Amino acid sequence: MTCDQCHEREAIVHLTQIVDAEVTTLHLCERCAAERGVEAPAVGKSPLGSFLAAMGKELEGAALPGAATGEACARCGATLRNFRETGRLGCSECWRNFEPQLRELVRRLHGSTFHVGERYSVPGDDAGSERSRLGALREQLRVAIETENFELAAELRDRLRVME
Amino acid sequence: MIDLTLLADGGMGWLDASGPSSHLVLSTRIRLARNLAGYPFVGRNSDRERETILRDVEAAAADTILLRRAARFRLDRLDQGDRLLLHERHLVSRELAGLEPNGRVRYGAALLAQDRIGVMLNEEDHLRLQGLHSGFALEAAYAEVDRLDTELGSRLGFAFHPEFGYLTACPTNVGTGLRASVLIHLPGLVLTKEVTRVLQGLTQVGLTFRGLYGEGSEVVGNFFQLSNQTTLGKTEAELLDHLGKVVRQVMEYEEQARQVLLRSAPAIIEDKVWRAFGLLRYARSMSFDEAMNLLSGVRLGVGTGLVPGVSMYTLNKLLVHTQPAHLAAAEGLPLGDPALAIRRATHVRRVLEDEAGRRA
Repeated sequence: MTCDQCHEREAIVHLTQIVDAEVTTLHLCERCAAERGVEAPAVGKSPLGSFLAAMGKELEGAALPGAATGEACARCGATLRNFRETGRLGCSECWRNFEPQLRELVRRLHGSTFHVGERYSVPGDDAGSERSRLGALREQLRVAIETENFELAAELRDRLRVME
Repeated sequence: MIDLTLLADGGMGWLDASGPSSHLVLSTRIRLARNLAGYPFVGRNSDRERETILRDVEAAAADTILLRRAARFRLDRLDQGDRLLLHERHLVSRELAGLEPNGRVRYGAALLAQDRIGVMLNEEDHLRLQGLHSGFALEAAYAEVDRLDTELGSRLGFAFHPEFGYLTACPTNVGTGLRASVLIHLPGLVLTKEVTRVLQGLTQVGLTFRGLYGEGSEVVGNFFQLSNQTTLGKTEAELLDHLGKVVRQVMEYEEQARQVLLRSAPAIIEDKVWRAFGLLRYARSMSFDEAMNLLSGVRLGVGTGLVPGVSMYTLNKLLVHTQPAHLAAAEGLPLGDPALAIRRATHVRRVLEDEAGRRA
């Protein structure tokens, strides 16, 4: 999509305005957007971009040594600098490696840092894996009955009988 | 061209206007972001790792009830028209389809879909479980996706942290990984100039709004997607309950705005609605944006009882089939062909003529 103003460059800013009850959208390139005083997305395509840019200084601050030294995630090699540029973390281990910095960010984004939703345990990882397999089979049986998949339900019931 | 007949209703069951409050709410979408433990997130992994993820998830899906008959689409092997087609059906995101400005399709980008639910693979997260229901149906849509989550979660190892919950590439999705969106039509609030106030109110209560096609998309045809902004610190049920309450409130505001319009300016509204209908019925050339705006006017007319004999389902189908990729595919023309504007007007005319014929 080309810019609505210069008709030359690629539009990267999509400005939705509501004027006189009409919703209009202007597609602008970075330069024309700047001329109109509209800020282009701060960093790359990341929706977190402006937020992170605003937090940038704090993330680099002395209180966060990881960011200051460019410490990399031991597993994937991503740094906090990479995160600031893309708005995305490198791997699940990044969450552990940069835990203090991310905890602060998560608190600001969500107003909390503690997940209270559904819990999850990796299958086969816990002592009760037999129990969780039984649970999974019962769940499958329930879904099979609900979806009127009676052939499968009968098969699952037989498997459950053997296990129990 | 891809074969969408592999999907029940071509993946468009959500358009049949059979769900609750279908006169205002087009569809309800639920998505859960999940990643496999042991692999880097999508932005940092290799083609080979994405291929492995694809294989593992497909194997797990084949063993489930909800996805065992799933149709599979490798986005990275489809041309732009087909990718846009899947996006226009709300089956894949812009990112997965490589439709972002300067974007490209990631190797291993894929969709598994069966009936109303599916999984996007190698999107921003390894898995994006999603469900799309007709009308305002948060609980029903969530229940189905939750079941799929249980089925897949017992066969795959998801990345989960005791404090932060389900780990995602972007911290805006961490915790539940849940994004619930309601696609709602608000012409009354736009016409009464109340919409800005309502949308601003949303952001103050932890919700957000987007355009017709979700993240990064613009508002067209007075369609707004209302969704939860935060994903952590509340249970899934609380997040859904909160969004549901606010959506019901917005629906009430919209109904009130329509009543105000009909009471205080009946002639103007009637004229606006019938003009839209007239143009759709007789125009000879039409851009997609114009079609969307006119369809919005007629939808308002049908919803308020001013325009009899046109069904919401017909309007929903027009909404889908007048989109650029759908029209180009149906007409056998390349995307962006100037003749499409004429074909669009012809298509709309024919559908509305048929509808009138059925009525007669």
